[in-house]
Amino acid sequence: MADGAQTGASRREVIQLAAGGGGGLVLGFTLAGKGEAAPAAPARLNTYVSIRPDGWVEVVSKNPEIGQGVKTSMPMMIAEELDADWSKVRTVQADSDPTLYGRQFAGGSMSTPLHWDELRRVGATARALLIAAAAKSWGVDPATCSTEPGKVVHKASGRSAGYGALATAAAALPAPEPRSIKLKDPKDFRIIGRPMAQVDTPAIVTGKPLFGIDVVLPGMLFATYEKAPVFGAGVDSADLDAARAVKGVRKAFIVQGANAPDGLSPGVAVVADSWWRARKGREKLNIRWKAVEGPLLSSQDLEARMASTARWSVDRIERHDGDVDAALKSAARTVEATYHYPYLAHAPLEPQNCTAHFKDGRMEIWAPTQNPESGRQLVAKTLGLKPEDVTVHLVRSGGGFGRRLSNDYMVEAAWIAREAGAPVKLVWTREDDMRHDFYRPAGWHMFAGGLDAAGNIVAWHDHFLTPGQGVQPARSAGMSATEFPARFTPNFRYGISILPSPAPTGPLRAPGSNGISFAVQGFLDELAHAAGADPLEYRLRLLGDKGMVGTPGRDGYDAARMRGVLKKVAEVSGWGRTRMEPRQGQGVAFHFSHLGYFAEVVQVRVAADGQVKVEKVWVAGDVGRQIVNPSGAINQVQGSVLDGLSGALGQAITLEGGAVVQGNFDDYRLMRIADAPPVEVHFVLSDNPPTGLGEPALPPAPPALCNAIFAATGKRVRRLPVDPALLAAG
Amino acid sequence: MAYTLSVNGRNRRVDVEPDTPLLWVLRDSLGVLGPKFGCGIGQCGACTVHIDGTPVRSCSLPVEAVGKGKVTTIEGVGDTEVGARVQKAWAELDVAQCGYCQPGQIMSATALLSSNPKPSAEEIDAAMSGNICRCATYNRIRAAVRLASGQTGEA
Repeated sequence: MADGAQTGASRREVIQLAAGGGGGLVLGFTLAGKGEAAPAAPARLNTYVSIRPDGWVEVVSKNPEIGQGVKTSMPMMIAEELDADWSKVRTVQADSDPTLYGRQFAGGSMSTPLHWDELRRVGATARALLIAAAAKSWGVDPATCSTEPGKVVHKASGRSAGYGALATAAAALPAPEPRSIKLKDPKDFRIIGRPMAQVDTPAIVTGKPLFGIDVVLPGMLFATYEKAPVFGAGVDSADLDAARAVKGVRKAFIVQGANAPDGLSPGVAVVADSWWRARKGREKLNIRWKAVEGPLLSSQDLEARMASTARWSVDRIERHDGDVDAALKSAARTVEATYHYPYLAHAPLEPQNCTAHFKDGRMEIWAPTQNPESGRQLVAKTLGLKPEDVTVHLVRSGGGFGRRLSNDYMVEAAWIAREAGAPVKLVWTREDDMRHDFYRPAGWHMFAGGLDAAGNIVAWHDHFLTPGQGVQPARSAGMSATEFPARFTPNFRYGISILPSPAPTGPLRAPGSNGISFAVQGFLDELAHAAGADPLEYRLRLLGDKGMVGTPGRDGYDAARMRGVLKKVAEVSGWGRTRMEPRQGQGVAFHFSHLGYFAEVVQVRVAADGQVKVEKVWVAGDVGRQIVNPSGAINQVQGSVLDGLSGALGQAITLEGGAVVQGNFDDYRLMRIADAPPVEVHFVLSDNPPTGLGEPALPPAPPALCNAIFAATGKRVRRLPVDPALLAAG
Repeated sequence: MAYTLSVNGRNRRVDVEPDTPLLWVLRDSLGVLGPKFGCGIGQCGACTVHIDGTPVRSCSLPVEAVGKGKVTTIEGVGDTEVGARVQKAWAELDVAQCGYCQPGQIMSATALLSSNPKPSAEEIDAAMSGNICRCATYNRIRAAVRLASGQTGEA
């Protein structure tokens, strides 16, 4: 078996050595910090667990850490069943190595559900080996031994032995079959369920170099890479000599590229002995771009196309239950409304960057990526290398939000490093990042709803307009045919029309859901008001007495779990029991995504000039029976909610002449502290397997906000971002 | 141009163009990697350092403007009593998600508490408003500033 931990350690030494002069990257060993002597070699019990003679346990964390906390929570699962002493556990970030670790990615809030059983069994098998080693040395039956944190004990004889002393013998024993081992009763958990600080917290607060942008290699050069503002445009020419004349610039060259937005796009690279000098060189490039074929679309073109589209004439019916036209005709009341949400950028605070070194036919890469294996394959394919000659080291990401599922910056760095003949760190500018993203797709929903005399929904029509080509929605621009309220209204029709758009799209935190929920939960609120019903009661009524609808794990939707979080959020928010002042109001919304059920209440106060102040948010979430790390879990939920509000209150990416208008945080506004309300988080523990928290708390936030604005002002927000001018009093 | 900068109590010599932002001198010339690049236009605060105790956006400050000012970064701020207290509060409340902005947040919080040991909620918001946290850990940032200032309970 290959020795991943050992390989990782040797690479770490290389980097630390390289950084010796003035700081540099320290991968992995970040928790303990101060002045530890290099301990004796650890005994390796399995792919993930190694134990040193002094009792320190090293646990490998397989997935990329992007701020979602898996470098802490996944090792917690292993350490729990190992019965390790958490204060003597070091987390080691794995390199990308699918043969050792299987799929390694940060996406879809999948780390917890995919690893909850598997990683606990990893810890349990290592614990069984330690028990077997102890029992053998004592000449007792393993079944008479137990463990306490960090040691095996034999109660009958009063003997005990630390894991450090047992590790070498344990590593030599045959590993038990993982499925044969009984896992702990959750009531015996000592690590899982306790709020644990992130393992990198000490390094973060002291400014240790942890991130991709902090990688330093000996002899490393710095690169900047300019691509066409108009998507898809190639390079005609550039003043390369002018760039080369700038002090410190070593290379300037044109990259023709493969013209794939998620591959190597055409551009001009400038490589220098510092990043600032590379940038100064870039300013002299005076690039002439080739014309692109086809129209250079602007946001107004999409609006015009949308405006000329009829509510009823869809390109393609995706789902039709019952007879919507007949139901609308016979309805006691009908409501029509169109909802719109814009393109959004990911804008992780650490701009895209990557460090690459090509030597002796092999490419070595240090990348803040959510999806290392696809990057490795992309680099190999684009540069004509064998995949086994490309190594990707995982480095902490300064935010991901889905942006780093694409590896365009990785292939750029690899290409530039090979051309430059030296190790190169490529760092994008903020403007590069804002204008070369894979945007959350804009979307329009043209709704019609029909109510019976009692206010019940008897018909739901949604004409969804979304960017794409031909009849296919663009990446992350589709909508499932089982999206709520499908299956909850007797006559339901959802059709789709495609708007051609030049902007590349991709998954942004809670993809699909982050826009769809705003439209669906907003229109649902309109129907509640049309029915004269309380919006929260109305939602409970729509969910009815249904349980699991569809197939669990596929298209399943557990209405009982959703009712559970709705009732909880009603209780904790004082819904319907809190007296609101004029222009103050509460709104509610719920959404199911990424296996998580979330209901949220937002309370706002809207000033006379229309400025919206979010006063508080209450969240109830159901992600199963166990919260792995409550500290990280609450942080994720609060962050997701504020992320949703940040987008709804201030963000839009617009297009002009085939290019993105916005460039930096002065025209693409992220929420700041003064606008951040307190977010109160409650978990409803249901008897279901634990699932992830990176995403599902986001989608209800924008519609709950807009529904609160309606409660406060009587004005319905059907278009994001919220425009205060439309909310002014009078 | 050759400059001698005082960084975290040590004199460091660098040879860079006068318009080079302090951030890139620290990061690329001196290997001081705690201050982070986020926007390059003084909007996000990830690059915040102190010059003579005052928080500045090092991405937008040319090195020639530093003069004899004493530069303190996240690497050195823990040597001050207030800085150490702020770092401890940040760790105790496990503020960070991705952690990229937190050096800048801690530098701004330390500057605030150095000049105003018991800030009100409004004063905290005002002093921290130049620092963006894309992960939106703002609830915990507020709580950590209050904890570091010896004030407890909800803001």
